[in-house]
Amino acid sequence: MTETSTRKRLVVVGGGMVAHRLVEAVADRDTAGEWHVDVFAEESRAPYDRVALTSFFSGRDPEDLLLGDGSLWRREGVRLHTNAPVKAVDTAARQVHARGRVYDYDALVLATGSSAFVPPVEGSDLPGSFVYRTVDDVTELRAWVTDRGAELDRPVRGAVVGGGLLGLEAAGALQAMGVESTVVEFAPRLMALQVDEGGGEALRRLIEKLGITVRTSTATKRIKAGRNGRVARMDFDGGDRLPVDVVVFATGVRPRDELARAAGLPVGERGGVRVDEACAVPGHDDVYAVGEVACIDGRCWGLVGPGNTMAEVVVDRLLGGGATFPGADTSTKLKLLGVDVASFGDVFAAQAGSLEVVHSDPVNGVYKKLVVSDDAQTLLGGVLVGDASAYASLRPLVGSPLGADPTAWLLPEGVEGPPSTELPDAANVCSCNNVSAGAIRCAVTEQGCTDLPAVKACSRAGTSCGSCLPLVKTLMTSELEKAGVEVSDALCEHFAVSRAQLFDIVRVTGLRTFSEIIAAHGTGRGCDICRPVVASILSSLGTGHVLDADQARLQDTNDHVMANLQKDGTYSVVPRIPGGEITPEGLLVIGQVAQDFGLYTKITGGQRIDLFGARMEQLPAIWKRLVDAGFESGQAYGKAVRTVKSCVGSTWCRYGVQDSVGLAIALELRYRGLRAPHKIKLGVSGCARECAEARSKDVGVIATENGWNLYVGGNGGFTPRHAQLFAEDLDTETLVRTIDRFLMYYVRTADRLQRTAPWVEQVGMDEVRRVVLDDSLGIAADLDAAMAAHVDSYEDEWAATLDDPEKLAHFVSFVNEPDTADPSLAYVTERGQRRPATADERREGVLVAGPTLEVRS
Amino acid sequence: MGTIASTPAAAEGAEDGWNPVCAFVALPVERGVTALAQGTAVALFRTYDDQVYALGNHDPLTRTGVLAKGIVGTRGGVPFVASPVHRKAFDLRTGRCLDDPHVSVPSYPVRIVDGTVYVGPRLTFRGP
Repeated sequence: MTETSTRKRLVVVGGGMVAHRLVEAVADRDTAGEWHVDVFAEESRAPYDRVALTSFFSGRDPEDLLLGDGSLWRREGVRLHTNAPVKAVDTAARQVHARGRVYDYDALVLATGSSAFVPPVEGSDLPGSFVYRTVDDVTELRAWVTDRGAELDRPVRGAVVGGGLLGLEAAGALQAMGVESTVVEFAPRLMALQVDEGGGEALRRLIEKLGITVRTSTATKRIKAGRNGRVARMDFDGGDRLPVDVVVFATGVRPRDELARAAGLPVGERGGVRVDEACAVPGHDDVYAVGEVACIDGRCWGLVGPGNTMAEVVVDRLLGGGATFPGADTSTKLKLLGVDVASFGDVFAAQAGSLEVVHSDPVNGVYKKLVVSDDAQTLLGGVLVGDASAYASLRPLVGSPLGADPTAWLLPEGVEGPPSTELPDAANVCSCNNVSAGAIRCAVTEQGCTDLPAVKACSRAGTSCGSCLPLVKTLMTSELEKAGVEVSDALCEHFAVSRAQLFDIVRVTGLRTFSEIIAAHGTGRGCDICRPVVASILSSLGTGHVLDADQARLQDTNDHVMANLQKDGTYSVVPRIPGGEITPEGLLVIGQVAQDFGLYTKITGGQRIDLFGARMEQLPAIWKRLVDAGFESGQAYGKAVRTVKSCVGSTWCRYGVQDSVGLAIALELRYRGLRAPHKIKLGVSGCARECAEARSKDVGVIATENGWNLYVGGNGGFTPRHAQLFAEDLDTETLVRTIDRFLMYYVRTADRLQRTAPWVEQVGMDEVRRVVLDDSLGIAADLDAAMAAHVDSYEDEWAATLDDPEKLAHFVSFVNEPDTADPSLAYVTERGQRRPATADERREGVLVAGPTLEVRS
Repeated sequence: MGTIASTPAAAEGAEDGWNPVCAFVALPVERGVTALAQGTAVALFRTYDDQVYALGNHDPLTRTGVLAKGIVGTRGGVPFVASPVHRKAFDLRTGRCLDDPHVSVPSYPVRIVDGTVYVGPRLTFRGP
C-alpha cells in the first residue's frame, strides 16, 4: 500500500448502483488525485443495474446489466473488491475488517442498501420461496421455475406476495416464464404507495387482462409444504387456499444497517443510518451513509435518483465543498407488464383545497388524474395509468402554472395535443440525474451542444432511464432555433432542398437521371444520403428497374442486390407471400431451396419466410428456382411496401365478419413494389379482435359488420405507435381508393426515412383527412392516376433481372474469380441449422465450416 | 489512383508484383466490385470521372468484407465510399475513415494498361 500512502483513503462499503455513482463522481471530480478508493461489494459482480433486473428474464445476461463499461474499476486509485462483505467497522481506529484483513480509512461511506423483507409468515422459508432483489435471487428463481416446469405436466403455478412496484415486476417475470400467476396484496389496491384508488382499479383491470389473477385486501396466513417438502399451498385469512409451486415475496425492503448498529452509530426509528443533510453521521464527520441505507429526517429513500444525489453530495463534501441533500422527487414512471404507470407530486391531493381532475376510460384501460391548486392554475401532482405519454411534459411542471385547462392534458392520445408551455428553468427534467430545464438550455447556449448526443453527454440528462429524452430534444431544438441556428431541412451537402421538395422538382421537371438532377438542382456527385433518396423518388415515379444503369449506382447495397445484407456480408432472401397465405407446394419449394443452398430459415413478423446466408453469387440461382415456382420479390430489402399481414378471417374463423385474407392479398398485389420514403407495412383483421395487429401498421384495416374501418400511422419498432382511426365503415372500393391516396400523398411529401406516424403528426391528421377524403388540395385525381400507373407498370424485379444478362453480371463474388466463395465466411450448426461463427468460435476453430461445406449448390 | 496509360508494354503491368484483375470496362461507374488481388479481397471503385481506386474490402469497424458494396459519392470534393453496414465513409484515395481519424483501410495503387486493370502492392499512407 506504499504507492498510495500520500493519498487519503476512502472506503465504500457496498457495491450497488449508488456506490457506483459515488466512485464515478470521485473519478470525475477528484482531478488532483486526493483520494484512493476501496469498494467492498458483497456480491460476486461489479455494480449492476438493479432497476433492470427483470430484463434478465427476457434473455439478457447478467453481464448486460453491469453499469458502465468496466473501465472505472481499472482506473488507477480505484479498487473494487467483490465477494468481500465488510465484517466490522471500528470508527475509533478508523478501520474496516474485510477479507480477513484490516483496512484503514480517512473517510467511510456506508452504501449497504437494503435487503428484501420477508414477513414472518409460517412456511416463508420453505424451498420454493424466493425474494426478488439480486441477480442471484432471480437466477435461482428462474432455475426453480424451469426445473418445476420440467417435472410437472401442467403449467407452473406461482404467487407473488406484495402488489407494489417490485411485486408486479416479479409477477411479470413469472408470467414471462409461462407461470400461472397470482398477485396477493394486503392493501385494498395495487401500488398503494404510488397511485390512488381509481388508478389502482385501472391497473388491476389491465393486469387481469394479461391473465394474472389479482387478490387485494388479502393476508397470507401460512404456506404449507407438500409431501416433497416444497411449497405447495397458500392459506389466506378467511379460509381461502391457493395451490402454488413457487412463491415470491416482494413485501418491501429493510435498510441494511446491521454494521452501523454494531459500530454504535445512530439509527432511525424504522431503521437506516441516521445522517444529516450532508449525508454525514452526527458526531462522525468522517462517516457518511448514502442510498437506501441512509435515513435523512427520519426517512429512507428507496429510489436510485435520490441515492445518486446523496452520492454527489458526499463527493462534494470529500473534496471540500458544502453541498447538502435537497430532498428528492419521488415521481415514478415505469412500464409494468407492458402497462404504463406514472405518478408524480401530490398524488393523493393532500394539500388543502386542491382539486382533482380525472379522466377514466375503462374500455381502453386508461386512468389519468391531475391534482391542481384550488384555483385550477397550478399543477400539484398526478397519476397516469395505461397511457403515460404526458408524463415527461407534466412532471417538470409540478409547482408551476399549467398554462391551460387541465382537461387538455388528459385527453386520449391523438385527440388533441397538450398545449405547449415554456418550462421554467428550475423545472426538473431528468429526475434520475437531477437535471433541470435550465441546465439543458445551458448545454446548448453556453456549451455549444447542437445535437442530442452532445446534450446528453454534457448535461447527463436522459442517460439513465431515458424517459425524458423527448422533452430534452424539444428543449434543445427550441434553444437552437432561438439562437438562430437554422435547423435546416436540406437533404445533405449536395442538395439544399428537402426530400418532399426534391420529389416535386423531379416530378415536375421530368428529369430522370441522377446526373441531370444533381447538375440542375444540386452540387458534387452525391453521397449515401441523397443517392438512395433520388433512387427512391425515381422508383416511386415508375421510371424503370432499380438496376437500370443510371439507377443502379444510386441504390443502397440491399436494393443493389435485391436482398438484405446480414452481419457476415451474406444476404437474406424473402419471397413475397401475399397476405401470408401459402400453398403446401409453395412451402415445399421454399424448403427445398433452403435445403439445397444451405440457408437458415426463419418465419418473419410479416408472415413470410426469410432465408439467410445466401452469397452474392448464389442469388440468381436461388431466385431462378423461386421465380420458376411462381414466387416474386418481397422487396424486404427496400424502403417500399413490405407485407399485408392478415388473420384468417371469416373464411375459417368463428368470429370473423369479413374476408380479411382476400382483402390482404388484393392490397398486397396492388401495392407490391411501391417505393416510399421508408418501409410501409399493412395489416387486415377480420373482426374487432384484431388478431392481425393491424393497428401497429402504417395502414391497418379492421373489418366491421358494415365494411371496413381504416387506421393509419401505426408502427412497431423503437418508437411504437398505434394507428389512429382515419375513416369508418368503408366499402371495399372506397377503402382501396382511400388507401391509394393516403399512400401516394405520403410517398410524395414525407421526409427521408420518415414513417407514416411522424409524417401524420407533422402534417396533422385533420389535414391528411381533408386532402385524402375531401380533396382539399385538388390533387386526388393526380394521386389516383399515380397509383394506377404504379399498378399498371409493376413488374417483378427479380424475374426482370433474371431475363437481363447485363443486370446479372454483377452478381459475382470476385470480379476476377466469379464463382469463388468468399473464403472468410465461417459457420457453425445450431439447433439443426447453420449460423455465422462468432469471433471466439473462429479463433478456436472447432465445429466451424467454411462457406461452401455441406452445401449442395 | 489509376491513370489510363497509353501503351508502353502491356507486359509491364505484370512486373513488380502488380496483379491483373479485370477489364476496365467491366467496372461499373460509381460502384464497387470485389476482386482477389495481392492475396486478399480488394474493393475496386470507378468514379464518375473514370478514375479507379482500390481499397481493402474488409471494413474494420464492422469486421465484415463489404466495402465494395457501399455507395460511392463525394464529401466536400473528396471521393468516398460509405460502408453499407453502418455508413462510415472512407476516402477512396487513401483509405482513411472520414468519420474517425484513427481508422483506415489499406489502399492499393491501380494502373490501367491496354484496357486491363492492375492492382499493385499495398501503399503506406503517411497522413494528410
